[in-house]
Amino acid sequence: MSGPITPTRTYYRVFAALIALTLVTVYVSFLELGPWHTTVGVLIGVVKASLVGLFFMHLLHSSKASWLAVLASLFWLGILMVLTISDYLTRHILEY
Amino acid sequence: MSSAITTGFVPQAKTRPPRTPGENYLNVAFGVKSWLLTTDHKRIAILYLVTLTILFFIGGAAATVIRLNLMTPNGELVPADTYNKLFSAHGIIMVWFFLVPVVPTVLGNFLVPMMIGARDLAFPKINLLSWYVFTIGAIITLWALLAGGVDTGWTFYTPFSSKYARTNVLPTMIGIFISGFSSIMTGLNFIATMHTMRAPGLTWFRMPLFLWAHYAASIILVLATPVLAMALILVGVERAWGIGIFDPELGGDPVLFQHLFWFYSHPVVYIMLLPAMGIVSEIVTCFSRKHIFGYVFVLWSSIGIAVLSFLVWAHHMFVAGQSVYSALIFSALSYMVAVPSAIKVFNWTATLYKGSIAFETPLLFALGFIALFTMGGLTGLFLAALGVDMHVHDTYFIIAHFHFIMVGGSVMGYMGGLHYWWPKMTGRMYSDFLSKLAALIIFVGFILTFLPQFVLGYLGMPRRYHVYPPEFQVLNVMSSAGASILAVGYVLPLFYMLWSLYAGKPSGPNPWGATGLEWQTPSPPPPHNFDETPIVTTGPYEYSIEESALVH
Amino acid sequence: MSTNHAVLAHHFENLEQQRETAAFGMWIFLATEVLIFGAIFTCYAIYRLRYPLDFEAASARLNVLIGSINTIVLLSSSLTMALSVHATRVGRQQMLLTCLLLTILLGATFLGLKVVEYYQDYKEKLVPVLAFDPDEWTQIEGVEAPVQPQRVQLMLVFYYIMTGLHAAHMIVGMGLLIWLVIEARRGLLTPVRYMPVEVIGLYWHFVDIVWIFLLPLLYLTGTHQAPPWLPIPPIHF
Repeated sequence: MSGPITPTRTYYRVFAALIALTLVTVYVSFLELGPWHTTVGVLIGVVKASLVGLFFMHLLHSSKASWLAVLASLFWLGILMVLTISDYLTRHILEY
Repeated sequence: MSSAITTGFVPQAKTRPPRTPGENYLNVAFGVKSWLLTTDHKRIAILYLVTLTILFFIGGAAATVIRLNLMTPNGELVPADTYNKLFSAHGIIMVWFFLVPVVPTVLGNFLVPMMIGARDLAFPKINLLSWYVFTIGAIITLWALLAGGVDTGWTFYTPFSSKYARTNVLPTMIGIFISGFSSIMTGLNFIATMHTMRAPGLTWFRMPLFLWAHYAASIILVLATPVLAMALILVGVERAWGIGIFDPELGGDPVLFQHLFWFYSHPVVYIMLLPAMGIVSEIVTCFSRKHIFGYVFVLWSSIGIAVLSFLVWAHHMFVAGQSVYSALIFSALSYMVAVPSAIKVFNWTATLYKGSIAFETPLLFALGFIALFTMGGLTGLFLAALGVDMHVHDTYFIIAHFHFIMVGGSVMGYMGGLHYWWPKMTGRMYSDFLSKLAALIIFVGFILTFLPQFVLGYLGMPRRYHVYPPEFQVLNVMSSAGASILAVGYVLPLFYMLWSLYAGKPSGPNPWGATGLEWQTPSPPPPHNFDETPIVTTGPYEYSIEESALVH
Repeated sequence: MSTNHAVLAHHFENLEQQRETAAFGMWIFLATEVLIFGAIFTCYAIYRLRYPLDFEAASARLNVLIGSINTIVLLSSSLTMALSVHATRVGRQQMLLTCLLLTILLGATFLGLKVVEYYQDYKEKLVPVLAFDPDEWTQIEGVEAPVQPQRVQLMLVFYYIMTGLHAAHMIVGMGLLIWLVIEARRGLLTPVRYMPVEVIGLYWHFVDIVWIFLLPLLYLTGTHQAPPWLPIPPIHF
């Protein structure tokens, strides 16, 4: 894991993008979006988290094994969420 | 040089600090401190072995009282609430404090670094820490179980556990929560070790299946345990402050707890089973002197089981009020687990076919594993079927099914592994006659204990009751009789294995003539396993090469 | 080579292997963390879908100003953490110390603001069981269906468990950072031995990522009253 040394310039640019996205997401919360607040907020969150992961956490230059750990954790999180939530979303269709 | 190639082991030029002849991990240092502060994976394995053996017999004692109580329909031995606490204690100790850790922490800790040709696990200090964390968790839970007990069963279903139970629920859960971190540390250590510390030449597809099985089990340990931790935190919060996270009266949903709980607790069965399957793969190849039939299939079936085990959890909840569509999907997915499990059983059978079989003790246990696991697995398919599950849900049919998997499978596999690697761990051979006798007693006792329970369950005897209608007595007495035979079978190894430490014949480095890097070291192994980092030139189980080399 | 020898642990073959193992070990641990937070996110999602109005009403009462400022504070601490890794790898000891101390300072600011926020929540009767007024939730203007107080409590419980768990991770992270400062002052963090900074940095950034999701899920899920100076287009959804 001795990837290339990230120049400070990259860090500053990513930081600027993160702050801008934070301001956007807070601004959006003042709009009358009703139930879509969560969707928009989480989507912006995904972008921000990807920036932190790729640049601050050096995923961009990390080994395949590290990527495997990241992708596995997201895959398993998907299993947990999709299969659990699908139960709740289909309960009303047929009562028994 | 030719002999080195045949065993897949070539000394590398890089030298280590010289070692005094005869020095091994047991005699390198003495005293309590040298054990409690060790970071040697082999010594930590021995620490776990001692701890888990004690816990096994405590959990077994609870089972003994349960079976004694069920000799008579009225359950005269213990009152109802004591009975509830006994089966809860039995389940909690056996699941979290024996079956989950036992194969990875004892045999896995000892063998993973040796099998990949490394000097230790990737994080030796974390390995030691995991033993301390586990022991602290076990002590807290044992204290909670002895000083008042818990009557929720090992499943802690809400809202009973969160609202109504007036027993030591919280301390027990804290103990389990703490011990969960030890599981995570062990799994993390194994995955990191296998990724980065394999000996030169030991490619992924040259790894012994024992390692693949541990890799698959470690995936589950690392990814499932945190969900249980969260579920326990939420129950704890609800119980301590009376907030309705799982309380329907306050807007919560008790089934959500079951979702989280079984997201951990279904895969956990495969944490118990996968390493045992790895053991069986090693034993079957060694004692039939053959390469494993379909190495790649057995390997991917381990990974397949690890992934699929996460997709089936709600088959525990068919009658709990989940959606019909969800139940349908989980039922279908549950059938899919049968595919990789069957691949393993068929491939072991094919490996034995036309092999030159030596019926040594480890193989007897492995054959017991194959037989009992097949029965447990097939009855699992009954339970995956929605209609049948409605009928036998929460009956002794379930009890029999999962004991076939967990005791008939995991414990049999563990016993086989312990007998297989005991000469490596201690340098001594145990009694051949007594060990074969023990294998036989355990198999017979097991069948007699749990086969009647299938019938009992199908006839409708519910689990967790301390009384039952008189017409079930014959089958229950059969089961209890079997349990006492089983108890003899489990106590016997304790004696002859301890005896072997004092009076056993020295085993030599490779008593079974097995392949695998761990057998290339002296028994017991030196502190850093290998004097020179080995280079691997062949895949595992090259018994045919070795045989031909012996001819010349 | 003598320095390398001291850095290399006995069971590794070379430094590259040791570094790879350390980073990968931390990534596996973070996978565990994803699942522990993922479990409570799943619970949150289910109740969020079940009781949308109650959750939005409760979210609208949370202190979005402190929440937003804290986000920026935490992102800044991630920047200084990333700069610490850079400083270690290029061997700039003074910059490393400054960046580590700044990270600790920003982390402490975050926790301090969190305490202030908890106290304000308490004063506004937003703490379930401890300080909660069910009556004020039954008549909220502008909400078509009645909001049920116990469902609001449910949302608030998630708020406290999630932020509490996050804060606990912050405290652990600050302990690790203090250890790094001690190591840095002893001159033990060098371009050869930079992995402690890198690995603890991974952990710190992960805690930051958790907060990145907590902000929209907890604070921004309801519609907030805009400050008067901010122009808001008349969108009604």
